[in-house]
Amino acid sequence: MSDNLRGKERLDRQIIALRVAKEFQDGDVVNLGIGIPMLASNFVPAGREVVFHSENGVLGFGEVTLPGEGDLDIVNAGGQTVRPQPGMCFFGHDESFAIVRGGHLDISVMGAYQISEKGDLANYMVPEREVGTIGGAMDLAQGARRLIIAMNHTTKEGEPRIVKKCSYLLTAPECVDLVVTDIAVIEVTDRGLVLKEVAPGWTPAEVQSMTEPTLIVDPECHDIELM
Amino acid sequence: MPINKIVASFDEAVADIEDGAVIMVGGFGTVVSIPSCLLEAVYRKGVKNLTTVSNSSGFGADVWRMQGAPFPEDMDILVRNERIKKAIVSAPVSALYVNNFEKLLRAGKVDIEMVPQGTLAERVRAAKAGLGGVYIPTGIGTVVEEGKEKKVIDGREYLLELPIKADFALIHAHKGDRWGNLVYRGTSRTFNPTMAGAARVTIAEVDEIVELGELDPECIVTPGVYVDRVVERPKVAPAQEGEITDAQALESTRRFREEVEAVKRTKERGGAQ
Repeated sequence: MSDNLRGKERLDRQIIALRVAKEFQDGDVVNLGIGIPMLASNFVPAGREVVFHSENGVLGFGEVTLPGEGDLDIVNAGGQTVRPQPGMCFFGHDESFAIVRGGHLDISVMGAYQISEKGDLANYMVPEREVGTIGGAMDLAQGARRLIIAMNHTTKEGEPRIVKKCSYLLTAPECVDLVVTDIAVIEVTDRGLVLKEVAPGWTPAEVQSMTEPTLIVDPECHDIELM
Repeated sequence: MPINKIVASFDEAVADIEDGAVIMVGGFGTVVSIPSCLLEAVYRKGVKNLTTVSNSSGFGADVWRMQGAPFPEDMDILVRNERIKKAIVSAPVSALYVNNFEKLLRAGKVDIEMVPQGTLAERVRAAKAGLGGVYIPTGIGTVVEEGKEKKVIDGREYLLELPIKADFALIHAHKGDRWGNLVYRGTSRTFNPTMAGAARVTIAEVDEIVELGELDPECIVTPGVYVDRVVERPKVAPAQEGEITDAQALESTRRFREEVEAVKRTKERGGAQ
């Protein structure tokens, strides 16, 4: 990566979440991971009804409450209190993962450390440590019908997170469908990684320079649209 | 003689847990879902070399006390007092800071078997349901598949996962009756009903004991047949809001950051295991 790209403006966390939420279709059952993914619950497109699932046994909850306002017995998987809403229901942990594995979850959105060109996902082992937390990540990565990754395109040091082969331990192989980063939207296909959208002000060549595998630039590739 | 599973105290409820026991502990991350008083009683009894089965390794009572939780103990009470020989767990460490479990792991003072969360739930359920194992697709193509039998069913690969049986299951429910029927509250259900009945002895810590017949049979989540003992939490005033001062919160954040930095420094020196 050239130095002039290092300081170039990228999309912030909220905007990444906003772009992710555009993927939610009417009636989708969606699980949001901790971090950027959870922000996407604030941006469900108008007129679409989406049912949010959380590993700790709840479907159909509303937005995250203000600190101190919520009920501690109604929380998302990140422990944030969320608003109850009509239609919401609770269930035990075995039922919760029957929903995940059994093909009843339309979309899972997660963060990642690395994605490979085949759509392998590495996101459970904290890179600086020898230990990590699998939690629900392996079940969600393999079980959801569609897996969307929301992450920064490069590490803090500027190294690509989209690589030919993951060097970190895998959460699941060949599971990622779409990657939304702070500079691009990339689809994982049988042909390889297809660059569909770039952040305003970025060119496909600049995105390629920060991505290890060769990207196939979609003929329709355009600026990320949020509305 | 009327069935009566109600036990008068937490110490009495855990009196037969011995050194080396396998105990599963219900709940998820937030302390309100966890059988805090039973964990405290297990700690008080002084048992050690436990094998524990739980979703997480706990955040520690300080964190929950600052949020005004009247019963603030979680798995950390057994972790920080080094009572655990082996932890079967899905979420052992935090991405945000270094918890006590990670410190013990680095010091070689505890063994770990990390299990995907859904697999943990299903292995526990298998024990409760009397199954010899379950074929689960999660973990194929990862370190989780190491040493496990694989089977292709309808063109898809699965791993044979064995049941996790325990000597004791400690769970938390909202209300219970003398037959052991239980109902839960909100997302504090999680692993609690899954674990009820998966151990030789299931002990339920409840917010409130009610008369037999008071729980709506259409709404009972855990049938009493899975539960051996029911203990009621002492009544306390509701948690006071705003008890955490800014200074305390800042201090706690500063401590976490220091610990993370310390780990990074150790790692840079190549000393951490």
